Amino acid sequence: MSTLGYALTDTSTMLRRQLKHMQRYPSLTVMLIGMPVVFLLLFVFVFGGTLGDGLGGMTGGRDAYLAYVTPGMLMITIAGVVQGTAIGVAMDMTQGIIDRFRTMSIARVSVLTGHVLGSMIQSFLGIAVVLGVAVALGFRPEADALDWLGLVGVIALISFGLIWLTVALGITAKSVESASNSPMFLMILPFLGSAFVPTDSMPTALQYFADYQPFTPFIEVTRSLLAGTAVEGKDLALTVAWSLALALLGYVVAKKNFNKR
Amino acid sequence: MTTTKPLAIEARNLTKSYGDKVVLAGIDIAVPEGTVYSLLGPNGAGKTTTVQILSTLIQAGGGEAFVGGHHVTRDADEVRSAIGVTGQFAAVDTLLTGRENLQLMGRLHHLGKQETKRRTEELLERFDLVDAAKQTPATYSGGMKRRLDIAMCLMGNPRIIFLDEPTTGLDPRSRRTMWAIIRELVKGGTTIFLTTQYLEEADELADRIAVLDGGKLVAEGTPEQLKRMIPGGHISLRLHRADQVERAAQVLAASGSDIDQLTVQVPSDGSVDSLRKVLDTLDREGVEVEELTIHTPDLDDVFLSLTGQTTTAA
Repeated sequence: MSTLGYALTDTSTMLRRQLKHMQRYPSLTVMLIGMPVVFLLLFVFVFGGTLGDGLGGMTGGRDAYLAYVTPGMLMITIAGVVQGTAIGVAMDMTQGIIDRFRTMSIARVSVLTGHVLGSMIQSFLGIAVVLGVAVALGFRPEADALDWLGLVGVIALISFGLIWLTVALGITAKSVESASNSPMFLMILPFLGSAFVPTDSMPTALQYFADYQPFTPFIEVTRSLLAGTAVEGKDLALTVAWSLALALLGYVVAKKNFNKR
Repeated sequence: MTTTKPLAIEARNLTKSYGDKVVLAGIDIAVPEGTVYSLLGPNGAGKTTTVQILSTLIQAGGGEAFVGGHHVTRDADEVRSAIGVTGQFAAVDTLLTGRENLQLMGRLHHLGKQETKRRTEELLERFDLVDAAKQTPATYSGGMKRRLDIAMCLMGNPRIIFLDEPTTGLDPRSRRTMWAIIRELVKGGTTIFLTTQYLEEADELADRIAVLDGGKLVAEGTPEQLKRMIPGGHISLRLHRADQVERAAQVLAASGSDIDQLTVQVPSDGSVDSLRKVLDTLDREGVEVEELTIHTPDLDDVFLSLTGQTTTAA
């Protein structure tokens, strides 16, 4: 078998290992997915009435806010899942098993790609659950088949970027505790973007930051796809660029540190 | 390529430092195929560092090393496919069951479904882990974890096995089991590189022993050669009164005495004859003995005679 063939086989072996871990230790997955659900309920039922009126739409109120906040909540879901990635990778690094893998003739990157694929599955699982809850609350996506296909692609791309970033955070963390804290800023970024309120209501400097940081384009593309409206070229370009840049950065840092340890 | 070397492991002038701290100050190792080589030394001597270099986990600062005829850094992947490593801390996946851990290894060695299954069951049987196969290692005893660890290491049929302090922290019975396992492996022609803190263990298992201290090999040879370099053991006596300590030390030609502790050390090979002589002499002198212990040569004596230091200083 070729080197690439082995890399794929080893990756699928490592993915199986990750899936078993999730099975054995389901509380982490449940917590990672449960949190955005709680956030969604909180924002819709506690703040939704008031914030919805402030959106300046035709109807306003809780229903309008549900439609506005759901795409943002999907990105919060991904930000939450990738915290689990950092914790999982850091936990792995503290275990003796990693040294065993490193003394075996296997595709080394498969240890990391196993984590990446495992987190991708968690990410889609989380998105499905949160979207399901939003629909149950009355959210009605206007996306057609092509939009849904685009949505899957965009979510895969965004997850991929954020997951590789947190793989790097997990691998460079000194301990599991610091690995669980370091990706925290990813949870704050949607707040400093268009997840909960439109960015044009923010002070100029903050608005500038909000418009160009990764989460606003992520959210805007998702929002357009779910609403079945045209995706803005600038947002799509920023989404693709940010995702690939984060993935590349994470991959390079993670690989270097994995071989060094 | 140097694949035709009769040596399974060869290292020349291996060095390693972390910052200013020199861990290995140039060591040479030669292990013929199918033999057991033991690296004996106290904590911090550089045993684990040596294993890490030879098993491709870290790079040496200087010198060259070949394992299975392959260079450890240039042909790391070839080295990896020839070796199995069992470290000081069990390298098992704590969230997978014993059986799943073995299956994971089988898949990573690309053994195929049938072969993975067959070897998994065979190793579970051989290492007495059948009953625990469905449990995760969290429920295992120290000895069981170590057995699973070695079983995982054997899944890929390695020709050369590194065992880094395989019995540290095990109770005497698990230690015996581990020794039996190692002997079995040697019978099958596997080359074993073993590190240990216990002279007894090296003596039991190794064809050759090298004593590592402070990053240098201070002695190397067969167990018999090494033991000849070590003075015999001694008898330690505890007496009742201080004046008797002086008297006893004199008549017995003691190697040491401590008036405060009321103890006297007498060189002895520990035989019944020599014991009887000592006690007879004390009887004649009217010295009463409160306590007597026989001390057989151990790592401390090896170090005392080879380096002039006790292991506690290392």
